[in-house]
Amino acid sequence: MKILVCISHVPDTTAKISFTDGGKTYDKNNIQFIISPYEELALTRALELKEAGEGTITVINVGEAETEPTLRKALAMGADDAIRINANPTDAMFVAKQIAEVAKQENYDIIFTGKESIDYNGGQVGEMLAEMLDIPSITSVSHIDLNGNVADLQREMDGGYEKVSCDFPFVASGQKGIAPEARIPAMRGIMMARKKPLKVVDVVEASVATEVKNHTLPEPKGACVMVEPDNAKELIRLLHEEAKAL
Amino acid sequence: MSVLVYTENWDGKFKKLSFELVSYASEIAKMYGTNLVTLSIGDVSDDEIKTLGKYGASKVVNVNDAKFNTLSSQAYAKVISQVADKEAANVLVFANTYTARAVAPRVAVRMEAGLVPGVVALPTSTEPMLVNKKAYSGKAFAEVEVTNTNKILTLNQNSFKLIEAKSDVTIETFTAEVSDADFKAKSIEIQKASDKLDVVDAEILVSGGRGLKSAERIAVIDEMAAAIGPNCTTACTKPVSDLDWRPHYEHVGQTGKVVAPNLYFALGISGAIQHLAGINSSKIIVAVNTDKDAPIFEAADYGIIGDAFEVIPKLIEAIKEL
Repeated sequence: MKILVCISHVPDTTAKISFTDGGKTYDKNNIQFIISPYEELALTRALELKEAGEGTITVINVGEAETEPTLRKALAMGADDAIRINANPTDAMFVAKQIAEVAKQENYDIIFTGKESIDYNGGQVGEMLAEMLDIPSITSVSHIDLNGNVADLQREMDGGYEKVSCDFPFVASGQKGIAPEARIPAMRGIMMARKKPLKVVDVVEASVATEVKNHTLPEPKGACVMVEPDNAKELIRLLHEEAKAL
Repeated sequence: MSVLVYTENWDGKFKKLSFELVSYASEIAKMYGTNLVTLSIGDVSDDEIKTLGKYGASKVVNVNDAKFNTLSSQAYAKVISQVADKEAANVLVFANTYTARAVAPRVAVRMEAGLVPGVVALPTSTEPMLVNKKAYSGKAFAEVEVTNTNKILTLNQNSFKLIEAKSDVTIETFTAEVSDADFKAKSIEIQKASDKLDVVDAEILVSGGRGLKSAERIAVIDEMAAAIGPNCTTACTKPVSDLDWRPHYEHVGQTGKVVAPNLYFALGISGAIQHLAGINSSKIIVAVNTDKDAPIFEAADYGIIGDAFEVIPKLIEAIKEL
């Protein structure tokens, strides 16, 4: 079983969001970067699947040298090796194309992504990659088990779940439920991660279809209108007459 | 050229989101001075399709074949690109749902299109196309330029108003070319989470946090949602769903569902950043919490500092008097 887990390198969930260059660039100063949470869950499940059978797990990221600590963390969690494609990940089509080039040579059985990265919340790379490789994909996977030559998956859909069965190879994007909690690297894992292979690969030519021009922050909220606890009736009146929300 | 909108159905029915989507796509067609083509895939009655006419759909291409009754992202992507090709569409619009997330990126690859997922408003410019999307889990907006000729946008739920524009609907059936190889991911079974209104579809949400103490006591949110009416349902935070006080499908937040209701009641919720990421598109947020320093009050429009168990019965009473 060969598994590839695509990792994005994103600001920590609680990081302050601000921009430089007149709104064009995210301000990375003093920001802690992490493995995007859904990918961390998908990697955790990939590790469990590997431990129940056999195989290798490769983690891959499209990014500049600054993303290597994030890949090392994935290695510390238990991945066997890492690939960094040396480029600024400008848009999803570009990133998918880079990963597809690697995947075409390696014949992975399963390629995991997260349902979306928590920076651009796009959720495009996995499906684009699957289309480029002409293989099936299952989105928002909350459960996966292997059963001989097929995988049994559960994907989230509007108002419920769908159970899906799929032969290898395929792409699965993980979400809440795929693993209970992300695995925390142990000290031994952190030590071993330093010696695990991290290969840097050059980019292939690929066009970009979208470009982020600017960022803005939401309008600050007005002050919260406080109502006394024994005057709940007044709150309902405000919601009904002033906010017209009830 | 034309603008193509894919209107997904849920068990053969459309919902408010479908009408928001057609309203949005009609406006885009106007901006480009071109016509709108609507695509329906799967088993939808002609009467149901005609309901889209109220919001500006005129020509509807109907791909009604039983093999599309469950989602295969590979097959759907082929169908949509074939119809786009036939209709010379170079702007495609989807609703940002689980289905679109599975299909739109594939269509983007097939059509070499630039895809902007999760847009929240009309493009601010057509040449070049500039459009705003939410980024950083709702903590910022990104203005994105689509540089390719072909463009795909997916619209967030409850972010665009309904615009009535009555037109007569003509339905044209289309037979798509797909092969067995496009159905390798096989649907085994669909399980409905519940018969209740889904949290993403509710206009009003009554949501409970750990401050509501226990599985038994948090049931007051059911009572309050019932008092508000059929456009309202219950939701909860991650700790509450992890503790099994409430079902997983009610979990709203960064790792759960992202919602944008008109009104969100946060009861006994402190307002962890991960929870706020799921609710920050709500139009009005009301917080009830005993802790005056709880971060939820910074996100809220209205607040009561007090014991939710004392406040909720009074709220219910006042709602019933409306």
